[in-house]
Amino acid sequence: MAVMNGRAIVAGAAEGEALVSREPLSFWGGYDFKTGTIVDTHHPLAGVRAAGTVLALPFSRGSSTTTAVLLEAVRAGTAPAALVTTGIDSFFALASIVAGVMYEKSFPVVALDAGDFDRLTSGQWITIETSGIVRADGA
Amino acid sequence: MQLTARDRAMLEGAEGPAPQLAMSILVRMAEIGGAPGLMDISQAHIDSTIYLGDATLEFAERLAALGARVAVPTSLNVSGVDVCGWQRWAVPPEWAAKAARQMRAYEQMGAVATWTCAPYHTHMRPAFGQQIAWGESNAIAFANSVIGARTERYPDLLDVCCAITGRVPAVGLHLTENRAGQTLLQLVDVPRPLQADDQFFAVLGHLVGQLAGDAIPVIDGIVTRPVEDQLKAFAAAAASSGRVALFHLVGITPEAPTLDAAFQGRRPRATIDITVPALKAARAELTNADGADLDMVILGSPHFSLDEFRRLAPLVAGQRRHPRVKLLVTSGRAMKEQAEQAGVLAPVLEFGAEITLDTCVLASPMLPPDIKRLMTNSAKYAYYAPSLLAARITFGSLADCVRSAIEGRVVRDDSTWQ
Repeated sequence: MAVMNGRAIVAGAAEGEALVSREPLSFWGGYDFKTGTIVDTHHPLAGVRAAGTVLALPFSRGSSTTTAVLLEAVRAGTAPAALVTTGIDSFFALASIVAGVMYEKSFPVVALDAGDFDRLTSGQWITIETSGIVRADGA
Repeated sequence: MQLTARDRAMLEGAEGPAPQLAMSILVRMAEIGGAPGLMDISQAHIDSTIYLGDATLEFAERLAALGARVAVPTSLNVSGVDVCGWQRWAVPPEWAAKAARQMRAYEQMGAVATWTCAPYHTHMRPAFGQQIAWGESNAIAFANSVIGARTERYPDLLDVCCAITGRVPAVGLHLTENRAGQTLLQLVDVPRPLQADDQFFAVLGHLVGQLAGDAIPVIDGIVTRPVEDQLKAFAAAAASSGRVALFHLVGITPEAPTLDAAFQGRRPRATIDITVPALKAARAELTNADGADLDMVILGSPHFSLDEFRRLAPLVAGQRRHPRVKLLVTSGRAMKEQAEQAGVLAPVLEFGAEITLDTCVLASPMLPPDIKRLMTNSAKYAYYAPSLLAARITFGSLADCVRSAIEGRVVRDDSTWQ
């Protein structure tokens, strides 16, 4: 098991299966909130369901509407359980904060060092603590 | 973090519940961004207008119900519906009604009903050096890079908080020292005829977005003088394939009179060559269609400008589109009015084109299911249409698009790119 000290950008506890990509993602045009599936045909995770996973992406790209898509996903129950990034991604942080304000359902957003981020692989079981500690089991 | 007395008063509710809610979100974002405090803006552009579903509507209506008013001149991005023309398309009535409610909520806040993703084409265009809070990825990149106004990369739901309070975290691209170029992208042996091609800046933008990662790119080696619509196409492409919020084109954009100025005297963190094969590959990525079948040509992402109408009018004058192929131009109210006054709208309509205002094919479910094979000169449409519309799309020049609409099948002059 790997234990990593992340920075809790938006603090919270969550666990789930890791879904990892080195490729950034725009949620608008990239995430179908009706199904919780990644739909960006340019993205390596296209077609993969991300609802309930701990989704690890280096950062957001593309549309400003990424935050609104994430808010819709939270409302619809199709959002990832948490987001893990390599830097402070203000889009993911904002979506979580507004999800807290609107629906009392914020989700953890944690930033890892690039080195720690590289230790994540899809299929690991990830546990995120409020302090920002990230535990990765298996795979 | 240091808040002013007024910031604190807003946070405590002295100016009402809407500024209080907006300020509470802003302060949290400022803390996350490590801001020393907040600063004033003198303009905003709200991207949160795009209706997606109940959450975006509930957010807008909650703020409106709390009595939210914008504190600075504020323009509005595209909505989810063309209120005057949706009935001609496949928009479900329930969608149209809810999208219109979301529009009314933002109009109630005192924002200007520009309803465009190209606010820089309207009277709300900011000035060089002006501190603004803009949402909409293409508009952010354009405002920062082409105009030299200063905005962070604001997401939906935060842009409106900035507009309501007139304040933003004092971080990022608002500050001179953070506007220096970081990565040098050097055109190597890219011949002038290719650079002068109508598709060049859109293709270059698509490639730059991929290469820049999260850095501010500086592009050197451009030997042509791009017009503003080419810079718009570049900005939109780079902000779709990547996260580019500011770029510098050496000798072209206002903060990059020289290579040294673009980097503010610092050294590039990385240098990447841009070659003809890389550009050809980038162009090829913008087409996922095979064959020549065609249902519709779509123009206007970002929204079509007066100058683009001026270019389109002589290409279509005296001709007629093929009866099987539609031509749709998406634009804003101001640009359509200007085109009408300039006499360049009539030939486009006589050609058989249709105009959609306030929204676009990506933001409104307007295309009927039998329209699946598209052609465009917009890298942004080409980037998002396969994912958002499950469409097959061909990228080409404006002239290619018009010729294809006339012939009823995809026709491209690829000679410059071979």
